[in-house]
This record gives sequence, structure tokens and C-alpha cells, in this order.
Amino acid sequence: MAIFLDDKSKVIVQGMTGSEGTKHTKRMLAAGTKIVGGVTPGKGGQSVEIDGHSLPVFNSVKEAMAATGADVSVVFVPPKFAKAAAMDAIDAEIRLMVVITEGIPVHDTAEFFAYAQSKGKTRIIGPNCPGLISPGRSNVGIIPSDITGKGKIGLVSKSGTLTYQMMYELRDFGFTTAVGIGGDPVIGTTHIDCLKAFQDDPETEAIVMIGEIGGDAEERAAAFIKEYVRKPVVGYVAGFTAPEGKTMGHAGAIVSGSSGTAEAKKVALEAAGVKVGKTPSETAELMRKILS
Amino acid sequence: MDLYEYQARDLFESMEVPVLKGAVATTPQEAENAAASIGGRVVVKAQVKVGGRGKAGGVKLAENADEAREKATAILGMDIKGHTVHKVMIAQAAPIESEYYLAILLDRSNRSFLVMASVSGGMDIEQVAHETPEKLAKVNVDPYQGLSLEEAKKIVLKGGFPADVVQDVSKVLVTLWDVFKKSDATLVEVNPLVKTKDGRIIALDGKVTLDDNAGFRHPDHESLIDTSATDPLEALAKAKDLNYVKLDGEVGIIGNGAGLVMSTLDVVAYAGEKFGGVKPANFLDIGGGASAQVMADGLSIILGDPAVRSVFVNVFGGITACDAVANGIVQALEILGGKATKPIVVRLDGNNVAEGRRILNEAAHPLVQQLETMDGAAAKAAELAAK
Repeated sequence: MAIFLDDKSKVIVQGMTGSEGTKHTKRMLAAGTKIVGGVTPGKGGQSVEIDGHSLPVFNSVKEAMAATGADVSVVFVPPKFAKAAAMDAIDAEIRLMVVITEGIPVHDTAEFFAYAQSKGKTRIIGPNCPGLISPGRSNVGIIPSDITGKGKIGLVSKSGTLTYQMMYELRDFGFTTAVGIGGDPVIGTTHIDCLKAFQDDPETEAIVMIGEIGGDAEERAAAFIKEYVRKPVVGYVAGFTAPEGKTMGHAGAIVSGSSGTAEAKKVALEAAGVKVGKTPSETAELMRKILS
Repeated sequence: MDLYEYQARDLFESMEVPVLKGAVATTPQEAENAAASIGGRVVVKAQVKVGGRGKAGGVKLAENADEAREKATAILGMDIKGHTVHKVMIAQAAPIESEYYLAILLDRSNRSFLVMASVSGGMDIEQVAHETPEKLAKVNVDPYQGLSLEEAKKIVLKGGFPADVVQDVSKVLVTLWDVFKKSDATLVEVNPLVKTKDGRIIALDGKVTLDDNAGFRHPDHESLIDTSATDPLEALAKAKDLNYVKLDGEVGIIGNGAGLVMSTLDVVAYAGEKFGGVKPANFLDIGGGASAQVMADGLSIILGDPAVRSVFVNVFGGITACDAVANGIVQALEILGGKATKPIVVRLDGNNVAEGRRILNEAAHPLVQQLETMDGAAAKAAELAAK
């Protein structure tokens, strides 16, 4: 088992005919992901040849799902059109929508997230995220598939490259699923959603949780771990030395006053029994001790 | 982007939120002219993006234009919590009967929008929340459904407003929702919202934060950007579309991905503890899929920072290819020639790492050295910065 994504997942690519969409469709196919088609409004009926695969293009997610049986969509649509693409997927009641697009206005995300909540059918991962990978099974998004293979660790992180770094540090153990939930202020799937899914997944033996400064997601996750998670959790928080009031790349990564500091997050996580590393390598070492 | 009070006032006025007359001035003469055209008593208010300006002496009442000039002379150039006052707003004065509070903001924790309303305005809202929580209504509004007048009334009633102002305040709240929505704001706060002695409801001071991601549908927002407060290196990086933040240390940092770069800052700061406390000089994220050109631009900016004594390039290639990063480093050093004098420590991993390392080895530039791990490279960069 893995979480959210396995070898049966059938994936459509929203924005497949654009340059980013095409590039990453190629990479996902190479990783063994079952890509069954793409969606670009106005280009329905065409088909795209990518590395020997002939992929049909549809006008809407609903049509694509009806024709291919897809249950996952991945969005590579530019920010301007991302809300419309998301609403299309939510209307079609797709099970999982992964939004890779960076730079979506937060009003748009808040709207489509609220709409998805009211419909209750679609899990959203992202936006502004690297997607998720269940190594050896499926890869949806932009996480490199060759860092490591199938294993027993579950990983959840706001940051893409820190996800890669941590997978690399623990490559000899492998992962059930690694989820990059994204660094935007409003995201569809939280640390808590992933922690719950990893706790409930029989194959996952231990969990790595990577957070960063800003907001209170890590503190909330700590409270949830205390209450629900029985598997060992190792944590890392980026931004211990970040000064107050400077936004560090992610729209959400800012320390304001005493709230959102890495130290406060570390304290909350440790109080919930999570071992927190000061650096990625130290964090990996903590996990190594637990698993060996 | 945070707006100045005068910019918020202008925005409110353009969207029919009731405000008093006001104008911005950068010199005492402009202040006098503005006061004369407004007429009567005015308030001269320092324009700084920090709280507590009243207590710091940045807000003064003036009876006439001459006095406005005098007060503006005193306030312009003042230092308020590290912010120099470059502008004042001249605002019409009004006899106030009551002070209220209204705000609409992005509620990250609940992934929703939040409306706050209180009959106790004019003071720190944290204090109201703490001391008289029954006087502060906090209600989430569905971003998809929006805020109706009926819903607004319920919130205003909950905030303890007296019956005679509920209708008017609710209308203002709905108008503020319009501002919030249509201008892609993440914060619209009015403190105080006042009832004047003649019974009008007016937004007396406003704080607005706009979402930078929404710039593509608000070309007019560009004119609101305050370039005077920006660090020159940050301005240069922005012109190149780089995500750069100037910090106060000695080790220049370049990486890909916000999380990894933040983590790099930490690792360098820890390593620096062993080398006389050297620290990161900046945050620079070259982003996903960076080209050689982007890498070269980034390196040029970092090497142009006089505070930088060594540079650490830390890349884990996902979409970004390590060969592009390596080519960028080589190109930047070719362009800079003799101007590049600081040692550069490079750690590459991930996408196309073998080719990336080969390119750097082949170029064998005397300033560049490669290390295999993030920790090892951070220690080396810190050591070189301490020399």
C-alpha cells in the first residue's frame, strides 16, 4: 500500500499540450505513471504523441474521465487559468487533483478549495507543490523518480527540494509515498491529512515530517500526532535562522512577531514525542536510528 | 505588498468606502498646499508601515495650513521604530463620537477568509480579544459564497455594535468585502472606523495588504510598489526576476527551492558558529528548472555584494539540471573575469549531477571547489568566509 496514489491510479494531465505539461508528462511516463490522456479546453479530439504513447486530449475533465476512467488529475496550467482548470476537475468529481502551478492568487485557491470542500469528492494537493510519488508505483508531479525506490518511510513536506534532499539522505530505506504539500498560504492537503493517511497505511512504518517557518501548520500537526499517530515520527523545520518580517520565497514562509518561528514549531513537535533534527542530515540520522 | 495608509485611503475612496478628504505630501510645502485645499482643521500623519506611530509623535493635529506645514516639518524625516518618515498624509479632521473596528483577512489556519468586527475600536485589537472577547466577533466567510448584507449584519450585531449604527456599519463591511475581493487583498483592516458627531460612519485609518500573485489582473498595482524602501541588491535581483532577500552575514547563498535555501541558511549559520560566528549574507532561490543564465545572474548579484566573503551554491536538481547550474557558474565567472575574487563552494546533487560535476572539474576555475555533502560544503564556505 501507499497513500493517495498507487500503481492502479490513472492520471490525466491538465495543460498537457503546454510546454511544461509536455515536458513533465514525458518524465512521468518514464517513471511508469499510467498517464491516460490530457485536458486542454478547445483542443479536444486531438491526440499528442509522447515517447511512443499516443495520448488523447479532451475539452474537459469530465469527458476525459468518462473516456479513460481516470481518477487523478495533475494541473500544469499557468496561474491565470488555474482556477478554471481546478473548478473543471472539481465539477467532474475527480478523486485526486494535484496542482503543481506556482503563483496562483490566493483568492482563486481559497475559492476552489472552498468549492471542493462543499462538494466533498475531491482531494486537492498543492498548489505550488512538487506533487507526490509512491516509488515503484506511480509519480504525479515533478519529483525526480530516480532518487530512491519503494520502502517503508512516509514523507510529508511543504518544500520540494527538501523532499528530494531527505529522500536522498534516506535512499537506502526507500519510501511508501512522499508528498510535497506546497508552500502557499492555502493548500488543499495538510501535514495532518498526510500524517493520518500514513498512520492508517499498513506498509508505512515511520514518518518524516518537514515543515518551515510561518503559520501554525506544524503546531497543529504536533497536536494531531499526540492524539492520533502511534508510528514514530521524525521532524525537520527549515528557517531557524530566518529573521522576522522577511518572506523567504514561499508566500507563507514569514516569521511575524513571536508566531511562526522554527523554534516554536520544534518545541511543539518535541512535546508531541517527535524527534526533531536541526539539519536535514541530522534528521535523517534520527530516522536511521529508529529503523535499524 | 503592504500599502501605506494614504494608498489604502485612495483605494477605499475609489471603491466607495466612506473616507475623509486626504492627500499625501513629501515636503512641508506640499503639506501646506494640501491642508489649504482640504480647508479647516487637518491631521498630519506619518506614513510608515509600522504600528505605534501615534505614541512616537507621528500624528499631529493642525488648526490651519500654516500649522500643517509646521507639523509636517517636524514629522518628515522622523525615525519611527527604524523606519524613516518620507511622506505624510494630510487628512481632514472630524469630530469623533465612537471608534469601532472592522477587518477582513486571509485565515491560513482555516484555509478561509475571516471577518472581525468590534465595537471597541481605536486600540490594539489583540488587547480587545484578550480583555473583552465578547466585544469581538470573528466569523469565517466562505470564499466561494462571499459575504451578503444579511450575513454582515449578523457579524456586526455579534461585535456589539449599537442598533442605530448596525445598518450603516454593515453596508460599509459589505463594501470592504468588495475591496478585499476585487483588489485581491489578503488583509483589509479599518481601525478606527468612526461614527462622527453628525452621525456619519467613516473609515479613518486603513491597512491593506495585496496579493503579489494577483498582479497579472491588476496592472495598476505596480504603481503602488514602494521602491524607496528596497535594498539596492534586492531591486537588482527583482529586475532579474530572482527571489532574493538581503541578510546581514558574510556567506553568499544560492540554492534551488525555498525550503532547501532556508535549510541552507540554517546549516551555514550552525557551521559558522565554529568560525567566529559568520552568517548567511542572503537568501537566493533560483527556482525550479533554472537555466544557466539565471544561475549566472544570481551569482553576479551575490558576488557584487561587498559584505560577501565566500559563496555557497547548494543545488539538488529536480527539474533544475546540475549541468545548467555548472554552466551558469562557468559563464558568470567568464563574464566577471578579474572582478570575481571570492571563493565559491559548490554542492550539486540530483538531476544530471555527473555532468554538472564534470563541467566544473574541467573548467577547474581557481575560485571554485566542489564538495559532496551539504554539511561539508556549508562548513567549507563558513571557514572561507572567516579567513
